[in-house]
Amino acid sequence: MTVLPAAFKDWLFRWQKSDGSGPVVLTQRRIFILPSRAGLLFATALAVMLLGAINYTLALGHALVFLLAGLGMAGMVHTFRNLAGLCIAPGRPEAVFAGETAHFPLHLVNDRPTPRLGLEFQAGDGALVACDVAADGRREIALPVPAARRGWLELPRVRLSTRYPLGLFVAWSYPRPALRCLVYPRPGEFPLPPALPAAASGERQGDAGQEDFAGFRPHQPADSPRHVAWKAVARDPAGGPLLVKQFAGGAASELWLDRDLLPAGIDPESGLSILTGWVLAAEAAGLAYGLRLAGSELAPASGEGHRRRCLEALALAAAP
Amino acid sequence: MNPPAPAALDRGALPWLFATALATTLPHAEHQPVWLSAATAGALVLAATLWWRGRRLPRGWFLALAVVAGCAGIVVEFRTLFGRDAGVAMLVLFMALKLLELRSLRDAHVTVMLGYFLLLTHYFYSQSIPTGLWLLVSLLIATATLIRLHGGPASPALPTLRYAGLLLLQAAPFMLVLYLLFPRIAGPLWGLPQDAHSARSGLSEQIAPGSIANLVQSADIAFRVRFEGVPPGRDKLYWRGPVLENFDGATWRRRPAPGPEPAIDRQGPTYRYETTLEPHQQAWLLALDAPTTLPANAYLTPTLTAVSREPVRQRQRYAFASAVEHRFNLDEGRETLRRNRLLPGERNPRARWLAAQWLAQDADPERLVGRALALFSGSEFAYTLQPPLLGENPVDDFLFTARRGFCEHYASAFAVLMRAAGVPARVVGGYQGGEPNPVDGYWVIRQSDAHAWAEVWLEKRGWVRVDPTAEVAPARLESGIAAAIPAGEPLPALVQFDADWLKGLRYRWEAANNAWNQYVLGYNPERQREFLSRLGLPDADWRSLVGLLAGACGGVLLAVVAATLYRRPRADPALRLWRRALVRLKRRQVQPAPGETPLALARRLAGQRPDLAPAVAAVAAAYCRARYGPDGDLETLRTAVAELP
Repeated sequence: MTVLPAAFKDWLFRWQKSDGSGPVVLTQRRIFILPSRAGLLFATALAVMLLGAINYTLALGHALVFLLAGLGMAGMVHTFRNLAGLCIAPGRPEAVFAGETAHFPLHLVNDRPTPRLGLEFQAGDGALVACDVAADGRREIALPVPAARRGWLELPRVRLSTRYPLGLFVAWSYPRPALRCLVYPRPGEFPLPPALPAAASGERQGDAGQEDFAGFRPHQPADSPRHVAWKAVARDPAGGPLLVKQFAGGAASELWLDRDLLPAGIDPESGLSILTGWVLAAEAAGLAYGLRLAGSELAPASGEGHRRRCLEALALAAAP
Repeated sequence: MNPPAPAALDRGALPWLFATALATTLPHAEHQPVWLSAATAGALVLAATLWWRGRRLPRGWFLALAVVAGCAGIVVEFRTLFGRDAGVAMLVLFMALKLLELRSLRDAHVTVMLGYFLLLTHYFYSQSIPTGLWLLVSLLIATATLIRLHGGPASPALPTLRYAGLLLLQAAPFMLVLYLLFPRIAGPLWGLPQDAHSARSGLSEQIAPGSIANLVQSADIAFRVRFEGVPPGRDKLYWRGPVLENFDGATWRRRPAPGPEPAIDRQGPTYRYETTLEPHQQAWLLALDAPTTLPANAYLTPTLTAVSREPVRQRQRYAFASAVEHRFNLDEGRETLRRNRLLPGERNPRARWLAAQWLAQDADPERLVGRALALFSGSEFAYTLQPPLLGENPVDDFLFTARRGFCEHYASAFAVLMRAAGVPARVVGGYQGGEPNPVDGYWVIRQSDAHAWAEVWLEKRGWVRVDPTAEVAPARLESGIAAAIPAGEPLPALVQFDADWLKGLRYRWEAANNAWNQYVLGYNPERQREFLSRLGLPDADWRSLVGLLAGACGGVLLAVVAATLYRRPRADPALRLWRRALVRLKRRQVQPAPGETPLALARRLAGQRPDLAPAVAAVAAAYCRARYGPDGDLETLRTAVAELP
């Protein structure tokens, strides 16, 4: 007896077995439909109108009520059609820092000669995203999901719903695009550790790369207070953003970002945060930096690719 | 925690809601108090102005004040907040004020639902074809408004209206099935409010000088008749209404008295016919003299009037058979005869003096009747819709001074003369004649055919109809009122006009109206039973009816689903454009080899056809981008194809 419900369940939800990495076309098995609250109001109004039409023997009143009932039925079919056949393909989400909002892109393809209006997406408890897809059109949307913790953020269950055209029914579906977004640790604020002389050029010590003033840029949380242009701040009575002095020639020195450099007693997640802040600051300052984590090591380098590799390593670092 | 804020309304949706409100309330302006129409228009204008200027909607207290003021106005006007007219007025008021409160999608929803509800209320007042059409248009607007509300700004006006039309078209088969098969219940389900049936023109229970002449000014249809077989001659078509036996010197009144059923003695063939009576709020059924077979639920009064047990409040069909040649009540009761000789003592002395003179010369009742008719056929009497005003003694004034009058003057004067001479006489109200519509064969009897005639009781002949109008204006009986009345008198244009094309048009319109009444509006429980028995379900109980209904609705739903969801297989738009390009190239003797890709074709042409090569290369590149590129850019491809030589 217990086998049957399971088999039934398998049959009912067999579409869910797609892995979701490819495009998903919404078919009738994936779409649910029920009257909306407005639809219930409409039905109640029709019942009252029918009573009135019977009581006053209004032939055209009967006709009106029946036409409206037919309208409700046609509206149901059209609400269903608004979802049926819509193709949803997963996009590629950009990595974000913890505390920011991750955006999961989805490509919507409408191969119908009529537009699909009034579509509403919602990922988990995130904000509603309303969108339309033109007739024979494509459209890309991004579902916002708050990224609280570092690591992989799976796209929560997506609910796609619509009430178009009449609002009397709500049709919904749970497309399951397999999407995940990498969340880097939240950048922590802590002064950069001193850079070590690069192995090849061991002449200068300390503030190598901090001699030739190159200009200002806005302050970032990970910037060392030593680099803040305090004089410029003092000159600016309007209280503009903090500016940081930038120096050229830093590529000559190298910097190891190592959790051993962290103050003792700090908890591991905060440590990863500080390391993240350091990576950002070092990259912004144009330093060559390496990253040493438990069990992995990234040789000193700089540039966008290196920064990404470091952040990925930090995002996915095993909890110490 | 606050509930989530309701979805706000976008600015572009408001004109749709204004249009819905206007379309659903406008027809009520015809019958509702002027101040309510003015207030509705004011609210609409205010709401539109606020919208146009982008100003804030009025505050809650303002609306509350407006609701209280409006309700107070309705109570003063209708003396109640309930009942039909007051209820409709309330709905109109709410609709108007809701326009000043349109903030969220939910408000908009309520407005459209109110609009749908208001559509129903129009049928209280009219169910004619124009009303039906107007309401169809209103329904289209309200439905388009719903679509616009949910489609948002991406839903432009014309496609939205077209979409609403499509939805209504798909709703129509549901309506048809439900209309035919939904179990019909004869109303009312509960007591109707006092004002459920508005007064309509028609014969009343009393006739005074001028009352028929007033009625005749209306071209409204009183009833329609379909004869089985050949109808009797036009001058025999006396449709009997109330019989008026009580006279006070000026006015004849109906005074129902108990008595035996009338005894009818047939003298000729009986005619079978069915009348479709417009509601006139009275019980009499206007059968042809003298009815021998009555519909169920009707009976004959002692004065030969067919009456129904309930006042006629709906358009109703009645089947009759009548013997036009007949005698009735040869043995009339003494009391009735006494009653029909009474005259008020002091009024109309000259008429009574004249009758006394006649009586002294020759007491034979038949010859007395002839004398009175001869008086009217003299040249000094005229038949007119505009008689002069009559004084305290209207019969005297009419007979000896004015000598101009309408049928009620003649009937009344004749009956007074007869009573004064001791012959039992009374006045009968009803309709005379009618007009056959050649389009559908129905006879149409209008208010303008209203008539009054007299009846006298003669020994061995019973009650005999005497129509003094026939003496003054014989054309009245032969060709109708328009021929009998002098030109220039205020007859309705519809009755007067004789232009052939206009008449043809009118016949057609009235036949359409009649078909509408008979088949659409007249579809009642009996008609439904007939229809079901023709379907092969003679004794359908509600269970089989519900089963049939569910099956039919399911079938319609399947058809709608198929029509909506089926898609003709269509090639990719980029592929279609590429095929169009190939058709063009074929004209220039260029054809791709089997298996040759667009880019390969472009490369081959670069060597063979330098004239075509650049354009083809552009098309091939655009095609690949449109088909396989990330953005699916069709526009470039379209232009490239258009630029092919």
